[in-house]
Amino acid sequence: MIISAQHLWLIPALPLLAAGIGALTPRGGRSLSAGAAIAAMVAAFILSCLALRTALIDPAAHQTFNFAWFDLGHGAVRLGFLLDPLTAFMCVMVTFVGALIFIFSTGYMKDDANFKQFFCFLSLFAAAMLGLLVANSLLLLFICWELVGLASYLLIGFWFHKPSAAAAAKKAFITTRIGDLGFLFGILWLYDARGTLLFFDGGHGVLEAASLSAMAGTTLSCGLALSTAIGLLIFCGAVGKSGQFPLHVWLPDAMEGPTPVSALIHAATMVAAGVFLIARVYPLMSADQVLASVPVHALTVVAFIGGITALMGACIAVAQNDIKRVLAFSTVSQLGYMMLALGVGSWVAAIFHLLTHAFFKALLFLGAGSVIHAAHHEQDMRSLGGLRGPMKTTFATFAIGMMALAGVPFLFSGFWSKEAILHAALEWDVSILPLIMGLAAVVLTAFYMTRLVAEVFFGKARSHAAEHAHESPATMTIPLVILAACAIALGFLGTPAFPWLQAKLLGEAEVHGHSLLVGAGLMGLSIVLVALGLGAGWAIYGRKLRQSATAKDPLETASPPLFAALAARLGFDELYAATVGRANLAFGALSAGFDRYVLGGTISFLTRFAHFTGVVSLENDESGLNAGFNATSEKLRGAGQSYSKAQTGDAHGYLRVLALAFVVLVLLVVLGGGR
Amino acid sequence: MNSLPLLSLLVFAPWAGALVLALLPRLSPSASRGLALGTSLSTLLFGLIACSDFNPAATAYQFVEVHNWIRALGVHYYLGLDGMSLLLVLLTGLVAPAALLASWRLERDVRLFNLLFLLLQGAALGVFLALDFFHWFIFWELSLVPAFFLIKLWGGPGAPRAAYQFVIYTLAGSAFMLAAFAAIYGATGSLSFPQLAHAAAGGELAAALGPWWIKIVFVGVFLGLAVKVPLFPFHTWLPSAYAEAPTGASMFLTGIMSKMGVYGFFRLLWPLFPAQLHAASGVLLWLALAGVVLGAFAAMAQTDLKRMIAYSSINHVSYCLLALFAVAGGGSELARDSAATSAALTSAKEAALSGALLQMFNHGLSASALFFCAGILASRNNGNRGLADYGGVRTSAPLFAGLCGLAMFSSIGLPGLNGFVGEFLIFRGVFGLVPYAAAVACLGLFATAYFLLTFWQKVFHGPVAGGGKNFADLDGLELATLLPGIVLMFLLGLAPQLLAGLINPLVTTWAAK
Repeated sequence: MIISAQHLWLIPALPLLAAGIGALTPRGGRSLSAGAAIAAMVAAFILSCLALRTALIDPAAHQTFNFAWFDLGHGAVRLGFLLDPLTAFMCVMVTFVGALIFIFSTGYMKDDANFKQFFCFLSLFAAAMLGLLVANSLLLLFICWELVGLASYLLIGFWFHKPSAAAAAKKAFITTRIGDLGFLFGILWLYDARGTLLFFDGGHGVLEAASLSAMAGTTLSCGLALSTAIGLLIFCGAVGKSGQFPLHVWLPDAMEGPTPVSALIHAATMVAAGVFLIARVYPLMSADQVLASVPVHALTVVAFIGGITALMGACIAVAQNDIKRVLAFSTVSQLGYMMLALGVGSWVAAIFHLLTHAFFKALLFLGAGSVIHAAHHEQDMRSLGGLRGPMKTTFATFAIGMMALAGVPFLFSGFWSKEAILHAALEWDVSILPLIMGLAAVVLTAFYMTRLVAEVFFGKARSHAAEHAHESPATMTIPLVILAACAIALGFLGTPAFPWLQAKLLGEAEVHGHSLLVGAGLMGLSIVLVALGLGAGWAIYGRKLRQSATAKDPLETASPPLFAALAARLGFDELYAATVGRANLAFGALSAGFDRYVLGGTISFLTRFAHFTGVVSLENDESGLNAGFNATSEKLRGAGQSYSKAQTGDAHGYLRVLALAFVVLVLLVVLGGGR
Repeated sequence: MNSLPLLSLLVFAPWAGALVLALLPRLSPSASRGLALGTSLSTLLFGLIACSDFNPAATAYQFVEVHNWIRALGVHYYLGLDGMSLLLVLLTGLVAPAALLASWRLERDVRLFNLLFLLLQGAALGVFLALDFFHWFIFWELSLVPAFFLIKLWGGPGAPRAAYQFVIYTLAGSAFMLAAFAAIYGATGSLSFPQLAHAAAGGELAAALGPWWIKIVFVGVFLGLAVKVPLFPFHTWLPSAYAEAPTGASMFLTGIMSKMGVYGFFRLLWPLFPAQLHAASGVLLWLALAGVVLGAFAAMAQTDLKRMIAYSSINHVSYCLLALFAVAGGGSELARDSAATSAALTSAKEAALSGALLQMFNHGLSASALFFCAGILASRNNGNRGLADYGGVRTSAPLFAGLCGLAMFSSIGLPGLNGFVGEFLIFRGVFGLVPYAAAVACLGLFATAYFLLTFWQKVFHGPVAGGGKNFADLDGLELATLLPGIVLMFLLGLAPQLLAGLINPLVTTWAAK
C-alpha cells in the first residue's frame, strides 16, 4: 500500500474518529473508548510508517495535496497536506510514543471515574497534533495548533475539581494565547503579503524561492526585512507553545494534569510543536541570512532565546522538590537546546534532539508516573526514597532515561543529539554565548538528574506511601521497557559516523559519514562536563543520603538565598502577577468604570436636560401626551409595579425633543437644501 | 420568479400566528406554546426553501415582490432578498424557535408572551427583507414595542428601568434616522433602497441633497443604526437590557436584534453614503476598536454572568463594524496605483466583508447559546447569576458543562468551531486595509479568552460549591434547545463553505465597488 500526500488526512482522521466515539459512548463504555483510542493510534502508526517509506523514496521532494476550503472573493481559502521526511519522521514518533502512552494510561487511570473521557481527550489531542504535522498550510497548522492547545487545556484541567488544576489549565491557555496572538499576526501579515498560506504550491507557496526572495528583498521602515518581521512574529507562537523564556511559566504548572498527559503533551509532543513549527518554516526564518546589513536576523533571536531558556530551565530544575516539576523544568531546558540548534542554523540537529528527547523524556515521565502511582500520588522527592528495591523495572528504565537526558556518552541517544547541537553552536560565527550557555546547562542537567535519582530511588523510604510501594502492572512497565530500548537505539540513527537521519531530513539520497573524531575536542569537553555534573550530584546527594522528609537540602544549607530564589522559579510568576496580571485587571476595572460613570453619567445628564427643556417649552402638550401614554402603560403594567415619576418624565422629555428635532430638520430641509 | 410570495410568507407567518393568539384568549398555555413554536419554525422552513431556490451567483435581489402601496407618496410594498438577507433570515429561523423553547417553562401570561415574541420575530424579518424605507422603518420601530414589553413584564427586578432605557434610547436614535429619510425623500422623492443606492453611486443623491445636507442626513441615519447595534459609545442601554430581559428575549436581542443594526449599516449607510462613510471612517474605526477592546475588558470586570455576556456581545458585534469601516475607509492611502497593490486591497476587502457577514451569523449562534446557558444556571439557583454563586457545576452536570463549553469556545473563536472563520477573515481583511487597527483589536481577542475562561473556571471547575450543589444536568427540553446550535457550530467550523457559498458572489461585487 502506497501512502501519498492525498491519503495523509487519514492519519489525523483516525484518532479524531476515536475521539468522536469516546465522546458519544456513555460513561460506562470504558473499554470501548480506550480500545478505539489505542486501535486508532496503532493504525495511525502503521500509516505513518508507510508514509515514511514513501517519503524516503525521494527525500528531497515535497509531495503536496492542496484543496479549496471555502470560496473567498475571486479565489478560495486553500488548505493542504504535505509529505516530506520531516512530516513523516514526526508522525512516526508521535503515533509510536502516543500508542505506548495510551497503553500505559489504561493502567495509570484505571480507577478514575472519568476514564472514558480521558481517552476521548487524548485522542482529540493526537488528532490535532497529527493534523499539525501533516499541514501544508500555515492556516491549517494554526487551526491544529489551537486545537492541541484546547486538548492541553482539557487535560491539564482533567482533575478540574482541584482548584490548582483548574487554575493551571487556564494559565496554560492564556499564556500560550499571548504567544499565539503574535503568531496570528505573523500569519495575517504573510497572507497579506503573499496572498496564500500554502507552504508548497508548485512554485507559488510561501516557502518557495520566489516568495522567499520577495520577502527578504522587502525592507520595512524599521530596517528589518519583511521575512525577519514575519519570522519573529511566528516565533512568538513557538515561544508560547514550547515554553521558552519569557513565556515558560505555564509549563511547570501544567504538571497538574495526570502524568501520562505530562509525558505525551507536555514533554514529548505538543511542547515540541514550536520547534517543529520553526523547522517547518525554516526557509522563511533563514531567508534574511543572505542580507548582511540588517539590524538583526530572525534566527539570531531564536538562538539567544533558546540559549537563555536552556540555562535558566536547568538552573531552576536544580532546586525543585516535586519529581514532576524537576522534569518539567528539564523539558523547558531541553526545548531551549532545540531552539538554540534552530537558531545557530542546524534545524536537523534540532529535530534529531526533538526525536530522541521525545522518547527519553516520555520514558522519564512515565517512570515518574509509575513511581507516583505506586506511592499513592506522593510526588515530593523528599518523601519518597528507596524505591530501587521494590520497583526494579521502573528503576532500571528510569536510569536509562536519566543517562540519556544527562548525555552519558556513546551508548545513549541524548548524547548524540546533544553533541550535534553543541557542534552546530560551535560553528556559529555570530556569537559564542549560546555555546557557553549550552555547555553550562550540560553540567547542570547531569547534576539535577543525579539528585533526582538519588532522592527517589536510593536511601530509605521516607514516608508511609513510599514504604508500601510495589512495582506497577505490566501495562505500565512494558511501555517503559520499549521506550528505554528506544532511548538507547535512536541515537545511532544520527551519529557523526552515519548521519542517516540528518541526511534524509535534508533531502540527501546518500549518507556521507564523518569520522567519529570530527570535533573531538568539544566532545571531550562535554564528556568531562557530564562527568563533573554526575560526580558533583553523587557527591552531594548520593554519598550522604537524605535521612528524613523534613531535612534541609544540602544546597539550601550551603547558600540559602540562591536556593530560595531557584526554588521560587526566579520569581517569574510573582513578577507577571504584579505587572501584567495587575494591569490587565486594572484595565478591566477602568473600562467598566468608564462605561458606568463617564458614559452612563453623560447619558443621565442628557436625559435630565431633555426633561428640563421639555417641561419648560411644551407645557401644554404634556397633559395630552401624558394622559394617553399613562392610560396605555397603566393597563399593561402589573398592579404592584410602579415606576418613578422621574422616569416617566424622562420619557416624555425625550419624546418631545425628538418631535422638535424632527420638525426642525424637516423644515430646514424643505426650506433650505431640499432642492 | 417564484409565483408564491415567499418573502411575504416569511414576514407575515409569525404575525399571523400572533394574530391567532390574540383572537383566542382562552387558549391553554401549552397550546399557545405549540402554536407559537410552529409559526416560529415557519421562518426556518421558508428560509430553507428560499435557500434551495436561491441563486448565489446572481447578486441582484431575488424573490422580489413590488406593489404600489401609497401612490400619492410613491411608496411601494417592496420585498427582496440577497445573500446577506438570506443569512439573517436563516439565523432568525434558528434563534427564534430556540428562544421560544428556552421560554417553554415560563408560567405567567404564556399567551401574551408568545404573542409578543411572534410580533418581534415578524418585525425583525421585515427589517431584513423590506427594501422600501417606508415599511422598513415601520418594521424597525415595531420591533421595539414587543421587545419593550418582553423585557419589562417578564424581566428581572431591574427590568422596568432597563426596558425604559432601551426603548427611549433606541427611539431617540430612530427619530434622527426618520428625520434624515424625510430629508432624503424631500430631496429625491424616492424611498426605495435600490433606487437610492443607485442614485448615490451615480452622485445624484449628493447633488440633490447638497454638500452640507448630505452630511447631516448621514449623521442622522448613522445615529439611528449606531444605537441599535450598538456602536461604542451608544451602548450603555445594552448591558442592563440584555441582563434584565428574560432568557428567551436576551437570546433574541443578542442573536437577531443586534444584527438589525449591523444589517442597516450594510444595507443603508454604506450604499447611500459611501463618500461620507469614507470620510468618517477614521473616527468610526476608533469607535469600533473601542467597542472591541473596552467591551471585552469591561466584560472582564463583571460579576453578573449575563452582564458579562452582554459586554462580550458588544465586543463581538463591533468586529463586524470594524470590518465595514476598514473597507469603507481603509486602504485608499495604501493604494499607490500599482495593479498588484489594488488586487491585494480588493482581496483584503473581500475577506473583511465575508468575515463580517459570517461573524453576524456565528455570533448569533454562540451568544444566544451562552445566554441560554446563563439562563439555565440562574433557573437552577433562584435566579442568582453571580460568578461567585457557583462552583464545580461540571462535576454534577457534565453534559451541560460540555455543551456550554463548546458555546464558550465558539465565542472565543477556537478553530474548528464556527466563530474562528469569521474572526480570522475580519482580521485578515482589516490587517490588509488598516494594519494598526488589527493590532489593537488583538487585545480584544486576548481579553475574551481571559474572561470566558475565568467564568468557566469559577462556575464549572473547582470543588462543588454554592449553586453547583445538586445541580441537575440538562433535561430533554433543554438539550433540544441547545443541541441544534451546537451541531451547527461544529458543522460551520469545519465546512464554512455552507455559508460562504451563499454570500461570496455578493461580497465580491461589494468589494469591487
